[in-house]
Amino acid sequence: MSLAQNAGATRPGESDRPLLRIDDLRMYFPITEGLVFEHHVGDVRAVDGVSFQLRRGETLGLVGESGCGKSTTGRTIVRLYRPTGGRIEFDGTDITTLGGDQLRRMRRRMQMVFQDPYSSLNPRMNVAGIVGEPLDIHKIGTPHERRERVRELLGVVGLNPEFGVRYPHEFSGGQRQRIGVARALAVNPELIVADEPISALDVSIQAQIINLLERLQDRLGLTYLFIAHDLSVVRHISDRTAVMYLGRIVELAASRDLNQMPLHPYTVALLSAIPIPDPAVESRRRRIILRGDVPSPANPPSGCRFHTRCWLRERLGNPERCTVEDPQLRELSAGHAVACHFAEEVDGSPEQRQSTGQGGTQAAAATSWAPAGNAPSAAPAAPGA
Amino acid sequence: MTATATPARRAAPARASRGLWRDALVRLTRNGPALLGMFFIVVFVLAAVLAPVISPYDPIAGSLANRLQAPGTAGHVLGTDLQGRDELTRILYGARISLQVGVISVLMGLAIGGTLGAIAGAFGGAVDNVIMRIVDVLLAIPGILLAIGIVAWLDRGLPQIMLAVGMTNAPIFARILRGSLLALRESDFVVAARSIGATPLRLLLRHMLPNALTSLIVAATLALATAIIDVAGLGFLGLGPPDPRTAEWGTMLTDSTKYLREAPYLIFFPGVAIVISAIGFNLLGDGLRESLDPRLRR
Repeated sequence: MSLAQNAGATRPGESDRPLLRIDDLRMYFPITEGLVFEHHVGDVRAVDGVSFQLRRGETLGLVGESGCGKSTTGRTIVRLYRPTGGRIEFDGTDITTLGGDQLRRMRRRMQMVFQDPYSSLNPRMNVAGIVGEPLDIHKIGTPHERRERVRELLGVVGLNPEFGVRYPHEFSGGQRQRIGVARALAVNPELIVADEPISALDVSIQAQIINLLERLQDRLGLTYLFIAHDLSVVRHISDRTAVMYLGRIVELAASRDLNQMPLHPYTVALLSAIPIPDPAVESRRRRIILRGDVPSPANPPSGCRFHTRCWLRERLGNPERCTVEDPQLRELSAGHAVACHFAEEVDGSPEQRQSTGQGGTQAAAATSWAPAGNAPSAAPAAPGA
Repeated sequence: MTATATPARRAAPARASRGLWRDALVRLTRNGPALLGMFFIVVFVLAAVLAPVISPYDPIAGSLANRLQAPGTAGHVLGTDLQGRDELTRILYGARISLQVGVISVLMGLAIGGTLGAIAGAFGGAVDNVIMRIVDVLLAIPGILLAIGIVAWLDRGLPQIMLAVGMTNAPIFARILRGSLLALRESDFVVAARSIGATPLRLLLRHMLPNALTSLIVAATLALATAIIDVAGLGFLGLGPPDPRTAEWGTMLTDSTKYLREAPYLIFFPGVAIVISAIGFNLLGDGLRESLDPRLRR
């Protein structure tokens, strides 16, 4: 029952196999019409062909706008939904269609931390009940052992072990999120899917929860799938980052690579939204404002799903390929995959340099007075780019 | 809760904690109208329970020599009725019927409606569809009409009245419970419990029902008020207890309508009794709603 049980990320024989392998995962939600005689009129393709692997002890960040399917991906992986297609493999076991007791047993090994610490704790249960529930469900230990374990867990997440008798409404958002983390840790899981665990928290608290998660990872050898809409958070905690757009992964790379050399126009746009803590650089930067909304996942655009909002496509004179051919993820450099036909054009572009805050000093300076709200295509092309 | 985030290992003594129910109770006792409502209910319940202790008279047998005494007559505070029975005594005994029928009918409604709503809300899908269409049909029939129908069909009698009034409440309870359960099914903490591996039964009993109960409690309290009025209404329409001599508020009203000019107090006092007991439950119900719903917290 010790917390250290899981530590040592490399147990013999398990070192090479990825802990989680997602292959062409699809999760469609049917749209039906009719009251009595419901019929199927379409699908919301929340997740539409997502593939990645997660090594033991690794943190993979999953970012994207609201509605891009990142949360659905997370929830499908812990099998809160039954996937429409594709394959989820956890530690070598196919769990795509697992059900009943087998699924319940599997759930001990992967847990979730939720976004909203206010709604993710049952208001009618006290903290000991909430944190101890996984132990109860999986019948781990005697009642006495469970109580001890709950106290231990509360201590691990930085709460007073005596707080077990209290109810969620007596805690602040940050404390509640700690309770949520403690609940997720109760059964010694290997994988934790953290679904925007800090988005609902005060900025001052966010760092504490991030640090807590990192500390726990070191101590317990956890593997994280860290979902967020904020690249700046994800790049801090993740080893690798996947950028999602409209149900697809558009770029997947080591976090460092992704931040210094984004190759997908969408990633560049996301990065340009992050302020850089250097006033000199910041004043020269221009944000790339994507126009319009995310298209409906019920009726995604043809070809490249991003083509309706892509700044690069306009720059290149609207090549037809973007609207016709669906770009596949291709590896441009080791471990850096992009789903864009013209990713090479992104590399070295002023947008890329500006969004990452490096280089482009002269070029960017020439346009630094341009109003920040301008779409890149409307601004004069930077000379000498 | 100022201790926002400091890794809270500080030796803050964990004070005794109150659950949401206790909190709600505390809020309730600070709610003026709810307290007034509770006062009315206490008076009503005491009247019902202590009727034989308070009154020396028989509610059924009167003496014709004493008929239609005005209120304030010595020995008859509220006067006497057509048969010379003490009006106060009859109102006290009437409270017994109203309380008994009200509580039992609401419990019946809760049993029937609650079960249907829980099944519909917990399973969803086709089961939900079938149950809710039945409930819709019941809801489409005006409550009192449904009650009249049931009493007419099953004959007069207290159990029939209870069932009739209970049946008018059942679809409302079913709808409320089902609605809260459906909303709770998608709530984060239920999803969280599901991701932990909780069985459907556990989800329903430990996570959904305790949180859905508050709205049902409020509805049941308010339904008690309606039930009292419904019982009196049935009595007024001549569908009250089979024994016409029974002291029942609605029946008392009907009996006295013809003598409105001679003895208006015979209408007035049972009317006041109905109003006060109904208002009592209404005020308490509103108070409960405010104190149980954290969103309305001031």
